[in-house]
Order: sequence, then structure tokens, then C-alpha cells
Amino acid sequence: MIARNGSARKAGPQGMGKNPMPVAVRNLTKHWPGAERPVFSSLDIDCPAGGITIIVGPSGCGKTTLLRCLSGLETPTSGSILFGKQDVTQVDSQHRGVAMVFQNYALYPTKTVFENIAFPLRMARLDPQSIRTRVRAAAALTRMEPYLDRYPAQLSGGQRQRVGIARAIVRGPAVLLMDEPLSNLDTKLRIEMRAELGALQRQIGSTTVYVTHDQTEALALADHLIVMRDGRIEQQGAPEDIFTSPANTFVADFLGSMNLVDVTRSEDRVFVTSGAVRLDGLPKAPLSPMFRLGFRAEDVQLGPVDGEKATLPVTVRRSELMGSERLVHMECGGLALRARLKEVVRPDDRLELHIPAGALHYFDETGKRVAGAV
Amino acid sequence: MTQSIDTTRARLVAGGTHLALAAGAVFMLLPFWLMLRTSFTAPDQVFAGNILALSDFSLENYRRVFAEVPLLRYYLNGIFVVTAIFIGQVIVCVPAAYALSRLRFSGREVGLWLVLAAMMVPYHATAIPIYVLLSRFGMINTHGALILPFIGSAFSVFLLRQFFLSIPQSVFESARLDGASSLRTLMHIVFPMARPAIVTFGILSFVSHWNDYFWPSFVLRNDFAATVPFGIVKFLDQELGADYGPQMAAATLTVLPLLVGFLIAQRQLIAGIAMTSGQVD
Repeated sequence: MIARNGSARKAGPQGMGKNPMPVAVRNLTKHWPGAERPVFSSLDIDCPAGGITIIVGPSGCGKTTLLRCLSGLETPTSGSILFGKQDVTQVDSQHRGVAMVFQNYALYPTKTVFENIAFPLRMARLDPQSIRTRVRAAAALTRMEPYLDRYPAQLSGGQRQRVGIARAIVRGPAVLLMDEPLSNLDTKLRIEMRAELGALQRQIGSTTVYVTHDQTEALALADHLIVMRDGRIEQQGAPEDIFTSPANTFVADFLGSMNLVDVTRSEDRVFVTSGAVRLDGLPKAPLSPMFRLGFRAEDVQLGPVDGEKATLPVTVRRSELMGSERLVHMECGGLALRARLKEVVRPDDRLELHIPAGALHYFDETGKRVAGAV
Repeated sequence: MTQSIDTTRARLVAGGTHLALAAGAVFMLLPFWLMLRTSFTAPDQVFAGNILALSDFSLENYRRVFAEVPLLRYYLNGIFVVTAIFIGQVIVCVPAAYALSRLRFSGREVGLWLVLAAMMVPYHATAIPIYVLLSRFGMINTHGALILPFIGSAFSVFLLRQFFLSIPQSVFESARLDGASSLRTLMHIVFPMARPAIVTFGILSFVSHWNDYFWPSFVLRNDFAATVPFGIVKFLDQELGADYGPQMAAATLTVLPLLVGFLIAQRQLIAGIAMTSGQVD
């Protein structure tokens, strides 16, 4: 076995990344020749130095193209990309100091794990001694030291992606790009690798831009979160802020699939628009005649609630056991709603749902968040 | 009860299948056996007795062939020609296929169409223009006449291109981000990955050019560059006439290198024909 000696660890985890720098995108547009509309247009993004910026959105929102523009594999139509103070828009991908982790790992199947990780260093014509040292350091960080002699085909999916990550970090890139790195793994492994990846990124300290369509991954890992749809940024900021006050119904639905109910106000009463079901409460609700009410499945309660609350009459349709609690599908005036409940309920039960005032979100007719709640 | 009927039926089906396959095997192997049997039978015994049985073992035919035919020269010519064609094809076709599958440049589509068009034309149709070219360059009767026309093989380019398309784009992108130029990507990533494909077209190229009789008989007038099949046929016509014993011995000697090669490289060969990029995901 090559790895396993102490000297490898001395080169160790710290200081693999060079001093991290912020990554910024100014007024960036990408338009494929002949396409009807741009993939994205006039994007402005700021990724904090040394942190993980996650770009999340449904497929086709332009997030991967944006990442490829950052890597230099695609050229943007207009606008600029800044690494620190340097404008790298016209800099070739090989000179940007970026490394990328791919969804399908993109390992070199004819090379061993060691040679896969060493490849960027060999291309940079480093001397064999420092190649060995740095490959072992990267392998130690990704816990791949025992497997340096194996070929990619002899590894599990999680191990392959570790090799992909080790190869990306071995050069100590200023900017680390990840394109759905966990999407090819099964659920259990994905959660494990997610935690590992977060810890690893802290150790390396490279500015990281990470693309995913998985909202749990986004919330779990992000220092800075960007939600995209159809080539536009719907919201960006700290993940907690976005989760607790989504800027619009799209973000509310995409991150944590919020229940959304169209509400009509006539005089001093409010109804569910589709079924004319009367709603009680709605503290701090907007005064406009039409608006949307949002609440998350986990904020719903059946028992008595202290303080201000909203109350909805619903009929249970289906109940799915999720472990310690149940995901209950319900109907209110023809609308499908979801709630996470501890109580056992049966189909066709009629219930009253209570949502505490602090958990209510209001949006106007166009879907924009209305101030007043929370 | 039903189970025993089922087993009986399964046995019958299996038996029938084996019988049909055995008949096919006899049909394919019999000529081969006849060739071997005739080559090892003394010339005056070829038509005596049971024509299928090897009753009278003799190496007389081989002795005559080795004594009268410059066989070593033909072998060396054959090996030289076939190897040179293969190396030339690798040097020309791998980069061409890589460019046609993975590089972006104007004229790529046209290039691909030209390759496809070239595949559609049988080489007998272009034989005469090529002959004229070769004779203008004074290459008739030389090894070059046997090698040069086959180096730019449209079939190999196409085969390799299809293979390269099966390698995910991300592998090439990853190599680029890792700092490899197109040439280094070709040398360090593409060549090693393309080994199964190169083995496949190498085998096809080896076999077809080793056995080729048409082209040597078209561009050669003497023994100087003669490959095995051409040399032997030419020699047999002149010296041995309708003497089946030496003819069959010569034929056996022609296929022998291919057979030995096949036995040595059997696994590699099957893997090559069931070609995969070995890419894991």
C-alpha cells in the first residue's frame, strides 16, 4: 500500500486552498445562437469568499449553464465574471484556477485512483515528490487513501465521487465548482456525503459554487443561497432568511413545498377562493380583496393553539407514515394541502387545522410576498 | 408428474439445439479438416482410401513447400505490411475520429459526410485511379503500394468516432479543466480509453489485410513485396500445378499465424468486439 505513512498527513488538510476570493457575476447573459430566449440574462451574483454558494432551481433554469460559464467551459454572451478583483470573462478555463466536480464523476477509467488525482498535477508538470505528497494529502482528506491502487470501476459510487472531489481539490483551486455532485448517489449515501462535503469544504476553504436541484441539499449546505427559475434569480441570501421569508410563491413552494391557498376577502370575511370555504382568524392578513395564504406542512397543529392563529376546515384524503410523524394529504375547498402530524387520522375525517400567526405567509396576486406577516 | 414431463421436454429442446449446432459445426469445420488432412497425407495417397481419415501421416508436402517456396520472405512481407497499415491507421484515424466527435470546428459536418460517403464506395471501384496514382509515384511492386491506400480507413474513423461519442463529454471537459491541451487529452486520456476500439479495428485490419489477395494481385507483378496468400497462389500456379498436397500445406501455413494469434488474444478479441468504453458512472 502506498498511502499510510505519517509524512503524507503533514502536508495535511490545512492550506490546500489558496487564499479564497469572492466570485461575482455582473450583468451576465447567455444566449445560444438561434435560441428564442436567453438561458439567463442580466444576472448579478455575489459569492462570499471561502463559503459555499448554492444555486438551486428546477431543471432548465440555467443553473448548470451559469456554472459552466464560471468554469470557462462556456463563454457568456455578455456581462462579466470576477474572481476577486480580476475580470476572468475572457480568461481560458485552464488559467482561471477553477476545478470542477461533475455529476457523473468524469473519472479517467484507465487510470488508478492515484493517477486520477495526480492528473492535474502531472499536467502542471510538478515534480514526482510533490505530486506524491499532494495526492496523498487530498486522498487523506477524502478518506480514499486505502484505495489509491484501485481503478474507478472497482469503487462504489460514493468512493468514485470522493475521487472526483480529491482530483478537484488537489491543485488547491481558488474556486471550486460542483455540478450536482451528489445526484448520482442513493439517498442514504447522499445524506452522509452531504455532511462530509460540508465539513471538507470548511477545511479546504476554497470559494465554492455548487449547483443542485435538491432543495434539502441547498438548505443544508449553503452559506449563500441563490434560487433560480427560467434564467432569473428569484431570491438570493442566507438560507435561513430565504426559508423563513420567501420572496414569492415560487421560492416558497420550491424550498420546502409550502401549502398555498388562494383567498378572497369580501367585507370582513375571508374565503378559500376555489371552494368558498370560510376561514377564521388570518392575523395580519393583507386588506386587498385577493391574496394568497401560505403555510408549511410542519407548522400545522390540530390541538389548541395559544395566541393568534388561522383555522382551516379540511377533509383528510390520505395519510403516509414518515417515521415519527405522518404526512397527511388533505383537501380544503377542492385544494390539496399537506400537513405533518403526530396524530393518527383516517381518510374522510373532518378536521380543523390551526396555524400559529408566526407561521403564516401572505403573497399578493402576482405571487410576491406581502409585508405584514412575520 | 408434470415436472417430469417438463424436464423431458427441456431435455428434448436442449438435445435438438445441440444437434443443430453440431451439424453447423461439421459444415464449417469439415473443409478445414480436409485441408489439414490433405496437407499431412503423402501426395500419392491423397485420393486413396477414406478421404476423411488421416491414415498415412507425412510431412512431405510441407517439406516441398519450404524447399520450393520463399515462404519466409512472404511472411516477413505480410507482417511488415499488416503492421505498417495498422500503425498508420492508428496515427491517422484516432486523431481524425477524435476531431470529428469532440472538437468544434467549421467543416466538421462536411468531414463526417465525406467519411460516410467514403465508406459507401467499395474499394474495387477506386482501385484503378489508385493504381494510376501509385504507378505515377513509381510505387508499383513495392510495399508502399500495399500499405498507403489503406491508411486512411473511413471505416476505422467511423468506428472510433462512434466509440468516442460513447465517452461522456464531462471526461473531456474534466481533462480540459485539469489543464490538458487537446493533444495531451488525446495522448493521456483518449488513447488509453480507446484501447478496446483500437484492438477491434486492429484485428479486423490485420485479418483482412493478411488474407487480402485482390489488392496484391492488382499492384504486384513480382515476388519482391508479395504477401503470403499472393505469393503462395502465384507460386503454386507456376511450380506445383494441381498438386493438392503442397497446395493444402501452403494454405495451412497461410492461416496458421492468424489461428495462433486468435488463440493467444482470444479474450482481448471478444472484449474488443463487445466493445465498451469502460466508463463507469
